Amino acid sequence: MAIFRKGRPVAEPLGLGGEGVLPNLYDLAIFILVAGVFVLIAHGAHEMTAPAARLVAEPITLDPANLPEYALRTTLRMFAAIIVSLLFTFVVATFAAKSRTAELVIVPALDILQSVPVLGFLTFTVVFFLGLFPGSEFGAECAAIFAIFTSQAWNMAFSFYQSLRTVPRDLDEVSRHFQLSPWLRFWRLEAPFAAPGLIWNTMMSMSGGWFFVVASEAITVGDTTVKLPGIGSWLAVAIDAKDIHAVILAVLVMAAVILAYDQLLFRPIVAWADKFRFEQTAALQRPRSWVYDLWRRGKVVRRVSPAIGWIAARISRLPLGFARAARSARPAPNSRTSRLRNRLWLLAVLAVVAYALWRIALFTRASLSAEDLLAAIGFGLLTLSRVVVLIALASVIWVPIGVWIGLRPWAATRVQPVAQFLAAFPANVLFPMAVVVIVREHLNPDIWLSPLMVLGTQWYILFNVIAGASAFPTDLREVSTLFRLRSWQWWREVILPGILPYYVTGALTATGGSWNASIVAEVASWGDTKLRAAGLGSYIADASAAGDYPRVVLGIGVMSVMVVACNRLIWRPLYRLAERRFRLD
Amino acid sequence: MNTAASALVEVDRVRQLYPKGSGEDLLVLDDVSLGLRNNEIVSLLGRSGCGKSSLLRIIAGLMPASEGKVSIGGRTVAGPAHEVAMVFQTFALFPWLTVLENVEIGLEALRIDSAERHKRALAAIDLIGLDGYESAYPKELSGGMRQRVGLARALVVHPKVLLMDEPFSALDVLTAETLRTDLLDLWSEGRMPISSILLVTHNIEEAVLMSDRILVFSSNPGRVVAEIPVTLPMPRNRLNPAFRQMVDDIYALMTAKPAGKQAQGVFPGTGISMVLPRVSPNLLAGLMETVAAEPYKGHADLPALAGPLHLEIDDLFPVAETLQFMRFAELAEGDLRLTDAGRRFVDLDPDGRKRLFAQHLLAYVPLAAHIRRVLDERGAHHAPASRFRDELEDHMSEQFADQTLRSVTSWGRYAESFAYDEATGVFSLDNPS
Repeated sequence: MAIFRKGRPVAEPLGLGGEGVLPNLYDLAIFILVAGVFVLIAHGAHEMTAPAARLVAEPITLDPANLPEYALRTTLRMFAAIIVSLLFTFVVATFAAKSRTAELVIVPALDILQSVPVLGFLTFTVVFFLGLFPGSEFGAECAAIFAIFTSQAWNMAFSFYQSLRTVPRDLDEVSRHFQLSPWLRFWRLEAPFAAPGLIWNTMMSMSGGWFFVVASEAITVGDTTVKLPGIGSWLAVAIDAKDIHAVILAVLVMAAVILAYDQLLFRPIVAWADKFRFEQTAALQRPRSWVYDLWRRGKVVRRVSPAIGWIAARISRLPLGFARAARSARPAPNSRTSRLRNRLWLLAVLAVVAYALWRIALFTRASLSAEDLLAAIGFGLLTLSRVVVLIALASVIWVPIGVWIGLRPWAATRVQPVAQFLAAFPANVLFPMAVVVIVREHLNPDIWLSPLMVLGTQWYILFNVIAGASAFPTDLREVSTLFRLRSWQWWREVILPGILPYYVTGALTATGGSWNASIVAEVASWGDTKLRAAGLGSYIADASAAGDYPRVVLGIGVMSVMVVACNRLIWRPLYRLAERRFRLD
Repeated sequence: MNTAASALVEVDRVRQLYPKGSGEDLLVLDDVSLGLRNNEIVSLLGRSGCGKSSLLRIIAGLMPASEGKVSIGGRTVAGPAHEVAMVFQTFALFPWLTVLENVEIGLEALRIDSAERHKRALAAIDLIGLDGYESAYPKELSGGMRQRVGLARALVVHPKVLLMDEPFSALDVLTAETLRTDLLDLWSEGRMPISSILLVTHNIEEAVLMSDRILVFSSNPGRVVAEIPVTLPMPRNRLNPAFRQMVDDIYALMTAKPAGKQAQGVFPGTGISMVLPRVSPNLLAGLMETVAAEPYKGHADLPALAGPLHLEIDDLFPVAETLQFMRFAELAEGDLRLTDAGRRFVDLDPDGRKRLFAQHLLAYVPLAAHIRRVLDERGAHHAPASRFRDELEDHMSEQFADQTLRSVTSWGRYAESFAYDEATGVFSLDNPS
């Protein structure tokens, strides 16, 4: 998050670079596959509910002395998830980049999975993992970590895949020319080249992840309630007890944790990773980090660093990579056999898709009717209209402010880290405060619960617009000043086209986040007062709480389709327009 | 071609084809044979797109030849070979590794232990004049210094043959000259652990300055059209009359009309499926003005023209050939002579120039005439670019089709023969008068 970037977004948002607007058959097939997997897990989870119910977790108490430990547990969960995400990234993205057949499935799957509201899926995973480790807290831990993982992994994997696919041709030739083993090639070429994009995406993932860690610690599925020790559970207990002081305490601790993670972990990494930027010219403005500077200046550390470097060098030179794979110039694949292999592969995919379709039909026919589908779509449209109105409102507010800040370097350097901090801050920690106000003032929940959906996500718009305005070329600004462009003309013809790619990136992230947030934002409680706004989010939340798996699957399916449709029909064309017409380099 | 048994590198009837979407494959190298002996510098001289870089990559084992074979020291090449090391036009340094680490990378891949690796890398850095820069990152170095790193990295693995792919073309004139001189000094003093050098270049003077033999490549498809031994004593002087004469002769050779081809045939392909070079109308007008003015007065010697304008043959030839193609000039024996139309063009005002250009465009560029005809025939005077792109792609690669379409669009816009809307991808007669 808190990285002040002057350049363009390191990697384009997932899937925006794609060609077509309309979904093709392949998308449909992948979508069915993903849905099929959900159905299977839901089915499995259903079977496992019974043993899970026996879990008795250690109760959460609102004793401030426990809060540091809870914060630590939350942070550890977060790191466990990021490590799993990184492993997933290295394996899956490498596989997709090296194998054409794997690529055909993995890349569209990443695109769809990133649009699936994973929060709604939490119920299955909790039950599933509780079933795997009956009666132990470990299952619940796994479920929470898995939930965070599913919110983080996709864009990281996609970024890494994209980097692997765009390794500069001359460096690829050098590596092949000097016959670097695949292992050495990975450490000398691929990993360093992918590092900036991957680190940026990991930061974005983590800033989204705080939201999920809070949401996934305290979960009620049917009659099973799991509360893992952590800030999220503390918050849930505080809400039940109507303890506003405990809520405020949680907000403060959360802020401290995020600040520490940013200053102690990510800034140093970003400052260090600056050397991997693929540029042949020295940049004027480099990312700085006081921790990194300390590290480099410290006396002890200066002894330690070479040791780490030595170990890293040894690892990179390990005789792995199956001798020196003389990957000669790839021989032109025999078109006949490769065509046959492609056909077989296609056939296999089709067979699995057919099986998935059959499972879905079986699953839904038993308990769902056409009315259910219509109801879900109706609720979906309600939530859609909320998202649209709120993102539009947030844009109207934050775009002018972001431009104003971005064009003033002194303001940008101060505000940008704050905006990125706010984007990382899990807005659901703040929800209880808003709910208290709504309850006290007897406001209409259908309207007043809605802003919670963009509470945490609007900042993505702000900091992307700031980045865009900061990168706007001075000469173009000077020209428009010289020609005395009037203000409306200046907005329409100069600055808005200039920041459009950045704005689209920010708005896309914000929209996706808002859909996810709707699942926790449309239903809120304060003690025994329950507030709900009609919408797809509350539909999924209610169905989860009741353990009604078919309706959860239906809700998630409808939401995924809407998110994908939004991306394809609005953001992707806009992004392509911005790329084609308003490129500034 | 001398392909004696003693040859260090032997290229035997290599052909290289690139598969196209439709139609027959694109022939890049046609039946190329050559031999590289011990202790010589050989230049492969040709224009961009003649396949000389592909040939170098085939020799290096970076890509397989479609037909024919390459052997080094008697062994057939199948995959990257240890006996050769390559220097890249773009330097191809790892920006995240220091100079020392960049130089060591080839040794690392060979699993040479760290003390030995260090010793050899430092020796190479020393040899190439990079002392003191061991811990610098490439982005801190100038272009010339970076190419020295590329050279050290190639030499440190002790190859028999050094392959150089236009190693000086990304450098400014002075830096390139310094580096050439340094390389020749090291070579003549025998301080580099190599037996011979194969240099790919499009710079005629560079080839004459550095090599013992020059192999001149033709374009489309690439084949060796001449082998020229250079016997001038080293170090060579560019102002020496014999040097100048040789440069002139090579210019003449490279602008000679190939036997059996019509004047039409300057560009590959025929009729509307001709591959057109990317040359802006401004450049065409600029060259005509230069040739019409003092001291050339309508008749210029290409080497003399290239020198003061700092034009490489890759910049100059396409412009000159386009002028010839549109009958604004004649190109022969290394000379460019304006036609009457060319002289008239220079004297006209901007509108008159456009009208004359339009006449020649529609008369001599079949694709432009074709587009105009289609637009005239259609009631709405609109036609999508994809229609023409598809036609072109039946005969050429996607990339060439794109280039050809862009060229004809830019010429048509200048001549106001037709308009093109980038957003919709549609040709029209909307704004022409």
